Amino acid sequence: MSKAQDTMLYLNGVSVAFDGFRAINNLSIIVRPTEMLAIIGPNGAGKTTMMDIITGKTRPDAGEVMFDGRTDLTKLDEATIANLGIGRKFQKPTVFESHTVWDNLEMALKKPRGILATLFYTASDDDVARITEILETVRLLHRKDEYAANLSHGQKQWLEIGMLLAQDPKLLLVDEPVAGMTDSETEETAKLLREIAKTRSVVVVEHDMSFVRELGSRVVCLAEGAVLAEGSLDQVSANPVVIERYLGR
Amino acid sequence: MLTQVLFRALDKKAVWVIGIFLAVAVYVPMANLLIPPGQFGHVPTYLVSLLGKYLSYAILALALDLVWGYCGILSLGHSAFFALGGYAMGMYLMRQIGTRGVYGNPTLPDFMVFLNWKELPWYWYGFDNFWFAMAMVVLVPGLLAFIFGFFAFRSRVTGFYLSIITQAMTFALLLAFFRNDMGFGGNNGLTDFKDILGAPVQAQTTRVILFSATAIALALSVLVCSMIVNSKLGKVMVAVRDAESRTRFIGYRVEYVKLFAFTVSAIMAGIAGALYVPQVGIINPGEFEPGNSIEVVIWTAVGGRGTLIGPIIGAIVVNLGKSWFTSALPEFWLFALGALFIFVTLFLPKGIVGLWKQLFGTPRKNAEEPAMPTPAQSADIERGEDPSTFDNPQPRPAE
Repeated sequence: MSKAQDTMLYLNGVSVAFDGFRAINNLSIIVRPTEMLAIIGPNGAGKTTMMDIITGKTRPDAGEVMFDGRTDLTKLDEATIANLGIGRKFQKPTVFESHTVWDNLEMALKKPRGILATLFYTASDDDVARITEILETVRLLHRKDEYAANLSHGQKQWLEIGMLLAQDPKLLLVDEPVAGMTDSETEETAKLLREIAKTRSVVVVEHDMSFVRELGSRVVCLAEGAVLAEGSLDQVSANPVVIERYLGR
Repeated sequence: MLTQVLFRALDKKAVWVIGIFLAVAVYVPMANLLIPPGQFGHVPTYLVSLLGKYLSYAILALALDLVWGYCGILSLGHSAFFALGGYAMGMYLMRQIGTRGVYGNPTLPDFMVFLNWKELPWYWYGFDNFWFAMAMVVLVPGLLAFIFGFFAFRSRVTGFYLSIITQAMTFALLLAFFRNDMGFGGNNGLTDFKDILGAPVQAQTTRVILFSATAIALALSVLVCSMIVNSKLGKVMVAVRDAESRTRFIGYRVEYVKLFAFTVSAIMAGIAGALYVPQVGIINPGEFEPGNSIEVVIWTAVGGRGTLIGPIIGAIVVNLGKSWFTSALPEFWLFALGALFIFVTLFLPKGIVGLWKQLFGTPRKNAEEPAMPTPAQSADIERGEDPSTFDNPQPRPAE
């Protein structure tokens, strides 16, 4: 247990199998406070399953999953984990399409989530200011009254990042944030995530190597549900096993 | 705090809808009582009761829309809550008969005397008191919905599976209420009512007052629904409808959101049933018929789900059609209803209200309203699958 101290996320010996297929196999990863970690790896390496385990969607068969050095996540459900301060952005942008951009953020804003509190909620001036600030950060202020369904793919990705910010989490899990983005959007996203990682822990799953390079963070390469290599991007991409199994020659 | 929520609710079109039904609550009684029969504008008493029946159906449809249109829970058992509210009212009305029944027994309703029962079953106690009965109108459907919903939503039963168990629930109640030894009049149900609050049920003034009460109840239901759907909770309900697991990941307890909507909706349905029974003069187990619940779904779909006015229009229009059809071409009514449902599903996915908006609405600048995904579709979208495959529901091991 002491090993989990001073970590934001602590996975130790985590395994999970679906119908005999070991999606995650004795996986151990540590993320420290205000640290950014990039996770790369081939399809089926268990990246999304790992996020499912952290956010309570999937229960691991074995292993420890600790948040903030003390909370055992394996016993909690999605809503509780989200309210502890873990935000997740999905691989496929999932925003609430029949709501406006503004309402998407208002729902995500860190506020009491109870039924009555939500029923009687009225946005305070602070809330309005905070949502406006987030809209500026993700550059959607001019589209705040539009339905999220009408945003472009890249804008939906940004809205989802905005929703993450509104939740004010301590740990952000970001699954393929730049899929479908243009080069300049990708660059902006990297800048934004680096900014976020100054005050929070961020775990990014990404295939785009140039984006990972821009993040400039520690890199973990997963394969077949376990850590294949770990270190800086240069170290990892120079690793012969990684070249063999993932990057290709 | 409450005033702000009320203000938000009264904003927009809800004011109009509420205003119209309050006006109807005043106008129809006057047209019935003050304009002499035969003169232009007179509303005959039978029509008052018929309209009252339609308005109680409208409350039921609105209740269903709150869970289906806004929260994505397709309940195929809403008539059960309607019938339970109706039975609670019926029990009160039975106790008011007193010695005027065929057997002249001052406490036991006729059917109990007929079955040779010696004393009133415990669950009939208190129903001679109007306010106790009214409390039961709210509590019985509300409690059933709460318990049923608690287990169903906690176990994350969704989509078709939930629809099927709601259907099973109403069918189970149908079978139970058919039994004579349940003590609810069995096959014949409760009827032959005499008085409500001391006034004769059949009297013209009573019928008119019952109509007004129904119109006011409908206006209040619109107000309550408007308060809910215009609040942040209402937005979360729509979020649950469109992307349930996403809503969980931003920290909302989806099961509680659904439970809230389902319970409020069941209470509204119960009130609708209680208003319906004295106006039609009978409540029997036929009201639990699964087909009835499906009809409510059709009204809501025809009018336009996910809107407050849609289900009300749908309930009134379809029932007007039913009244006409069942007298003119009785054998074709079910075919017409089925055809209507198929037509609306294929060509008017947003119902009459959607068509109206399309024809006469002023499109908002840059803001085309997105198509509402069906619950099944959104579940597929969440799993990252092609929505076009939603005809073949796949098992979902991860959820």
